[in-house]
Amino acid sequence: MGRITLDKVQKKFGEVEVIPPLDLTIEDGEFVVFVGPSGCGKSTLLRLIAGLEDVTNGEIRIDGSPATNLPPAKRGLAMVFQSYALYPHMSVRKNIAFPMKMAGMDQAEQDRRIAKAAEALNLTDYLDRRPGQLSGGQRQRVAIGRAIVREPAAFLFDEPLSNLDAALRVGMRMEISELHAKLQTTMVYVTHDQVEAMTMADKIVVLRAGHIEQVGSPLELYHSPRNTFVASFIGSPKMNLLTGDIARSHDATTIGIRPEHLDVVESEGTFVGRVGVSEHLGSDTFFHVHIPQMEEPMTVRAGGEVGLRHGDTIHLHPQADKIHRFDDRGLRVA
Amino acid sequence: MARAITTQKKIMWTVLSWGIGLLIFFPIMWTFLTSFKTEAAAISDPPVWFFFDWTLENYSAVLERSNYPLALMNSIVIALGSTLLGIIIAVPAAWAMAFVPGKRTKDVLLWMLSTKMLPAVGVLYPLVLIAKYFGVMDSRILLVVILMLINLPIIVWMLYTYFREIPGEILEAARMDGANLKNEIIYVLTPMALPGIASTILLNIILAWNEAFWTIILTTVNAAPLTKFIASFSAPEGLFYAKLSAASIMAIAPILIMGWFSQKQLVRGLTFGAVK
Repeated sequence: MGRITLDKVQKKFGEVEVIPPLDLTIEDGEFVVFVGPSGCGKSTLLRLIAGLEDVTNGEIRIDGSPATNLPPAKRGLAMVFQSYALYPHMSVRKNIAFPMKMAGMDQAEQDRRIAKAAEALNLTDYLDRRPGQLSGGQRQRVAIGRAIVREPAAFLFDEPLSNLDAALRVGMRMEISELHAKLQTTMVYVTHDQVEAMTMADKIVVLRAGHIEQVGSPLELYHSPRNTFVASFIGSPKMNLLTGDIARSHDATTIGIRPEHLDVVESEGTFVGRVGVSEHLGSDTFFHVHIPQMEEPMTVRAGGEVGLRHGDTIHLHPQADKIHRFDDRGLRVA
Repeated sequence: MARAITTQKKIMWTVLSWGIGLLIFFPIMWTFLTSFKTEAAAISDPPVWFFFDWTLENYSAVLERSNYPLALMNSIVIALGSTLLGIIIAVPAAWAMAFVPGKRTKDVLLWMLSTKMLPAVGVLYPLVLIAKYFGVMDSRILLVVILMLINLPIIVWMLYTYFREIPGEILEAARMDGANLKNEIIYVLTPMALPGIASTILLNIILAWNEAFWTIILTTVNAAPLTKFIASFSAPEGLFYAKLSAASIMAIAPILIMGWFSQKQLVRGLTFGAVK
């Protein structure tokens, strides 16, 4: 079981309020991702759940019982850190065994769990090495191994993939998702990378300056962002936000059009502009289009083989039902 | 960018370095030579260097006249004891300052160090009175405690510097893994800081071994360590340079040998943290 409830949880560092009173429920077995720009309080929130930071006000409950003042060890949670935080003086085997040793588990059971975790994580051949002799990906697997042998109520991940290179990151992302599917244990995952959030989460919590901007499934956030912040934060490349006459013509202060919802047309498009930088990814091409009446270039996704060059004139037409409208406070207009 | 080092410059620096090295080493070498001279040769003017009648009579005289084994034993007990006691007290203190710093941690560290600026003789009178009150004058336990207190600021400072180098996340990981404070210090912090703790121990053994103010004043016979043993040869009945030298060599030999073998550890200890 691993149902985590935050009830008006607040965190201050001295006079600075990092997390204003906040409510959140993480259901048992859910994969929840906290996402937001750096400094938004997502790591602090995770550390409050872990017990590594004290809550200033409010209450944390794990499976219904109060955990606000429990030390980290007593909360039954396991954490994977950004820096892996392996014990450098211990072998992989001892690293993985450490939480079980602390729990006073008997040796046979320890060995059984180590063998099982090592096999699941492809670490069997490395059990007698030190962390220093492993690659980044292997170290991360050891950190995960150390977390799973405890069979915790929930896993906490603090930007676990940000020290890995791009290719490895995609692989580990899949492994963690696979692990979640297999264990069905609650996972709370912190990242600043919205791609990680979109691909892994059951539920995304978008944070800004300690406030929850929106909670929802990846597609909910994609299709109906609650405000302009979420709109521009979720989706890659980010949504084009337009103001001025064009927005007013849609009865809104700001309208948002995702790059993939702009069609390139032969002539008489809603927008006419000049092609600036184009990014060719093979499958797709992203054009940055300069439109005279707008300050920022618009991003457009087109097919992989569109024959437009720098400086060419381009006509764009938004898909009418995919336009997001926001009012003067930046909130979504239904 | 490679720097051009001419042969000429190289020679110049080599000669200079050797010069400085020899200058620093000279007193020890002179003491060593003198310890093998007769008393007459030791004070001869102009001094004789290598060509004299080498004799071991000073060593046998010294061994005969005083209790070298006892002094050696006292030095060992006092140096090791005070260092060990200091480490046991300093590890938790340095842990607290390195990982749970408060608003005043820096001030506390400076204040501790400032006690080293006080002239030792300033607390002589109260300390002697306290020692007498508890009836522990001329006892090993007194010196162990006093030298521990004197070196404690340095031990805490050194350990603090080492602990600061240990990533806090690893200790947090230990906490998440269910380690209580005791286990965190025993299984994670101490093994990781072991090289640092070893250098601290070495340096403090040397400091305690060489401490000559309190050891000479607070002991007479029973707890007199090697410092007192040396001092007893600059007696009022006259200076016996050769015997004094022999006693000195016997007193510094153990620590010199230890220092020689642990050079690497010591240098690392003294420059730790300067370069990542």
